[in-house]
Amino acid sequence: MGILNKILTAFRGGATEVGQNIVDANSTRIFEQEIRDAEKHLTRAKRELTDVMAKEMQASREIDRLKRSVVEHEGYVTQALDKGNEALAIEIAEKIAQLDEELAEQQTANDSFSSHAVRLKDLVKKTERQLNDYQRQLTMVKTTESVQKATATITDSFASSNSKLLNAKDSLERIKARQQQFDDRLKASETLAEENSDKSLHAKLAEAGIGEQKSNANAVLDRIKARKG
Amino acid sequence: MNIHTIAGHLNGLCDQSKTGFQFDCYPIDGDVEVLQVNIVGREEIPVFVSVTDNQILCISYLWGENEVNQARRAEMFETMLELNIPMPLSSFAKIDDKYVVYGALSVQSSMEEIEQELAVLSDNCLEVIDELVEFLI
Repeated sequence: MGILNKILTAFRGGATEVGQNIVDANSTRIFEQEIRDAEKHLTRAKRELTDVMAKEMQASREIDRLKRSVVEHEGYVTQALDKGNEALAIEIAEKIAQLDEELAEQQTANDSFSSHAVRLKDLVKKTERQLNDYQRQLTMVKTTESVQKATATITDSFASSNSKLLNAKDSLERIKARQQQFDDRLKASETLAEENSDKSLHAKLAEAGIGEQKSNANAVLDRIKARKG
Repeated sequence: MNIHTIAGHLNGLCDQSKTGFQFDCYPIDGDVEVLQVNIVGREEIPVFVSVTDNQILCISYLWGENEVNQARRAEMFETMLELNIPMPLSSFAKIDDKYVVYGALSVQSSMEEIEQELAVLSDNCLEVIDELVEFLI
């Protein structure tokens, strides 16, 4: 939306003046700038997204490692208790508490990366949509501009060559008359060719009973009767 | 793709034309380069070709607003809308105070496609004028 309305308003406002600049060069430049900005935003958002996703993967790997470590140390505690080494068991338990803390920290970081990634993905999608929209609008503006300029060019060319576009009726009549003339000439030359051909002469001779005659049943019968007799 | 390659192709066609038409092309200089394509025998209704970043526009002028019987203008519009889809490859439009038929092609189009477009556009033009002449003064 938006741009079509602007184009129409401009058309209706200045429709009487042929070739008037409906879309000013300024708005084209603004559009092009907006497209370049959107493209820049998109590149930045995509780069940031890659970054955040890498960090997210890193954090989730770290979480896995910490979880494995906790399980491992819990095993050590059981073993220490089995051997009655309470002091060692407490020492290991302290280590587990420390690991739990790290795990909680990593989990928070991971959650934050994940939500950031979702936000960035939305942003990328939105920017891509916007970019497509700007490009579509720019195409409309540029096409309008180009058609206007082309019209001005055509009008100028006809004005300077002192020729003008005929009105539709006259043009059609002339073209039709020329086509008719061509068809008539074609027909005339066909007739002429036919008249001059041997075929035509033969036909005339045959009609006049001159020259080679076609044999017919009567002639054959006469011939056979004559032979018998 | 630009108007000069199109002009070169069309002018060089001679008897090789696949559409049975012969074309005479004249580039017109201006802010935007326009190619005037005259179809031999139909010089009165030329086709104007311009090339933009993403399309090739072929336009033929039908008639001006001043040629329209104003009392039957709405009827003419309705007929144009009705004919718009059946008319192959071309559509109706209005530029300034002139009614036109036009066809838009991709800049990736082949020369044969452009040639066909021009031939069909010209045929459409004659047929449209013949058909809609009742709405003109």
